[in-house]
Amino acid sequence: MGIDSLIGGTIWDEYSNKVTDLMNNPQNMGEITQEQADEMGAKLIVADFGAESCGDAVRLYWAVHPKSDVIMLSKFKSFGCGTAIASSDTMAELCKGKTVDEAVKITNIDVEMAMRDNPDTPAVPPQKMHCSVMAYDVIKKAAAQYKGVDMESFEEEIIVCECARVSLSTLQEVIRLNDLTTVEEIADYTKAGAFCKSCIRPGGHEAKDIYLVDLLEEYEKEKMAKAADASGEGGAEFAQMTIVQRIKAVDKVIDDNIRQMLIMDGGDMEILDIKENGENIDIYIRYLGACNGCASSSTGTLFAIENILKEKLDQNIRVLPI
Amino acid sequence: MNVYLDNNATTIVDPQVFTEMEPYFVQKYGNPNSLHSFASDTHPGIKAGMEKIYAGIHSPREDSVVITSCATESNNWVLKSIYFEYILTGRKNHIMISEVEHPSIIATAKFLESMGCRVTYLPINHEGLIEAQTVKDNITDKTALVSIMWANNETGAIFPVEEIGDICEEHKVLFHTDAVQAIGKLPVDVQSFNVDYLTFSAHKFHGPKGVGALYMKKGKELMPLLHGGSQMNGYRSGTLNVAGIVGMGKAMEQAVDALDFEMTEIREMRDDFEDELLKIEDTFVVTPRNKRTPNTILISFRGIEGESMLWDLNRAGIGASTGSACASEDLEANSVMEAIGAAEDLAHTAIRFSLSRYTTQEELDYTLKVVQAAVIRLRGISSSYAYAPEGHESGLDSHHH
Repeated sequence: MGIDSLIGGTIWDEYSNKVTDLMNNPQNMGEITQEQADEMGAKLIVADFGAESCGDAVRLYWAVHPKSDVIMLSKFKSFGCGTAIASSDTMAELCKGKTVDEAVKITNIDVEMAMRDNPDTPAVPPQKMHCSVMAYDVIKKAAAQYKGVDMESFEEEIIVCECARVSLSTLQEVIRLNDLTTVEEIADYTKAGAFCKSCIRPGGHEAKDIYLVDLLEEYEKEKMAKAADASGEGGAEFAQMTIVQRIKAVDKVIDDNIRQMLIMDGGDMEILDIKENGENIDIYIRYLGACNGCASSSTGTLFAIENILKEKLDQNIRVLPI
Repeated sequence: MNVYLDNNATTIVDPQVFTEMEPYFVQKYGNPNSLHSFASDTHPGIKAGMEKIYAGIHSPREDSVVITSCATESNNWVLKSIYFEYILTGRKNHIMISEVEHPSIIATAKFLESMGCRVTYLPINHEGLIEAQTVKDNITDKTALVSIMWANNETGAIFPVEEIGDICEEHKVLFHTDAVQAIGKLPVDVQSFNVDYLTFSAHKFHGPKGVGALYMKKGKELMPLLHGGSQMNGYRSGTLNVAGIVGMGKAMEQAVDALDFEMTEIREMRDDFEDELLKIEDTFVVTPRNKRTPNTILISFRGIEGESMLWDLNRAGIGASTGSACASEDLEANSVMEAIGAAEDLAHTAIRFSLSRYTTQEELDYTLKVVQAAVIRLRGISSSYAYAPEGHESGLDSHHH
């Protein structure tokens, strides 16, 4: 938030001069025909990535020297916005003179860095970062085609945020170490999710296999499971939870151990509040359905509920029906 | 040459409108609700402005045309007040809008949906039009409100508000129309059909930004969205935007005066321009001309992503628009194009040209030349028209998106 986010400028103002120049006058735009490749004694590679229906698409042409694997000529054609065209152009430029193995190591971050006017200012606004990802993907596709292997074989790890190239293992580690609970925190720590935002949750620009919200949920579940497993000495952890975490933990114990029993008798219960009262942790509950007014609700059933919660969560728990 | 062809987004303020507004900043600045002559000096201007606004939409005097800050406020007001009065109280459970409403309707409806209101999003057909029958098919005795725009901002498609109004009347359901794109482009007469609420905004018809209005039929007045000092008879509190009301009044008067010109001259210029654009190969227009506002063209140039076209137009001093992918913050395709079910590869290629009474033939001739050159340049870059060797299987139509 703040003044800069309130009035949002035009995205074009955030393009570097290089991006603007390349959009106006792309240097490596063009095609390599079979005839041209033959004349050069090169192998022609034509790789496609993206689709018009998604808003951006690129076709990359390589003339590769069959013995040395050197990319002798590299050209592109692109359907897309200015940054897509400039990224494709830069990518084609970076490929020239490299071997296929070297080219595969080019990342979208290299492409973006190459388009900067000065090293400290991004070449494109955050939401345009995904254009450079496409430029990176098409290189993998071309290399895979040249080598006759699967494109995925070039990926050494699972990348969750392609714009910032943050891997699954990095994210899981950072979330755990720093006890992160929001996507904003993840972006602050790792830059993941700070660009095109597709990796945050389903429904963004691109569909993903793994989303940041999934990772947060996974971590939350882990914490809950730990809390639920904690008995006796582990109870200290329940005492340290936030109120929301406590309610979730209590709910889980009730779901796993108690609710089924109540429902079979035509009743149910809900948690109203959890309060600390000196040494005690008081859990206020309300009986629903048949439980409400049942004689054992203030005796046997109540003791059973309290005992299970004590055993699973914390010895200082008291259950108070209202 | 600078050419402004984005008049569905906003318009130039007519110099005469500006002139009428000017005294209300430095000379007649009093708060109209105070008791002194600084205040009463503003009253004749406000009164004249309100009279012109009423006259412009043929509103009976007993009905209310409440001045708001913008169409977004008016639209929010209708949906949220209906929610408070009918949905939250359990009297009704359902509202109906179209899937191509302005975001101020769609986002508000989605918010109400999250609060437990059932919302139907009516589809548009292959011509980008709403069929009144779909309203009939979805209306129930629990429907509180139908809100369908009069004309669509992207395509200019005119929706059958008269028929929809009849259906609503028959089922005793309240009917709201967002007429932002109708004022100055179509005759607007709230007495000529059944409508309970109607939204409009001054800056779309050569008035100032920051002034909108909501028409409410007598007996159908909504509870206020903004509570406060009881201005506008308590329906919309907040110190009156005196200059805004004066400006909207003048702009409305001129819009009505210029309506014939808009519907004949501008339409003809638009049609000729569109004919020339369609001579370019692989171009597509969805909604038939006679079912569109007279000033609007939404056209697809196959193989050219919308923002690229805007880029080349802008370099030549031309302002147009696209709701498509890269030009917008959320990177999504033109929502109307998607709703129409246009060939998927065209969803990102739509460009909107919207004319006004200030548009000249010279400007359109110049724009045509620029578009023609841009099409050649950008298709030259485009992968859609790119060479592939024999036997190459195109990978450009399947994608992980």
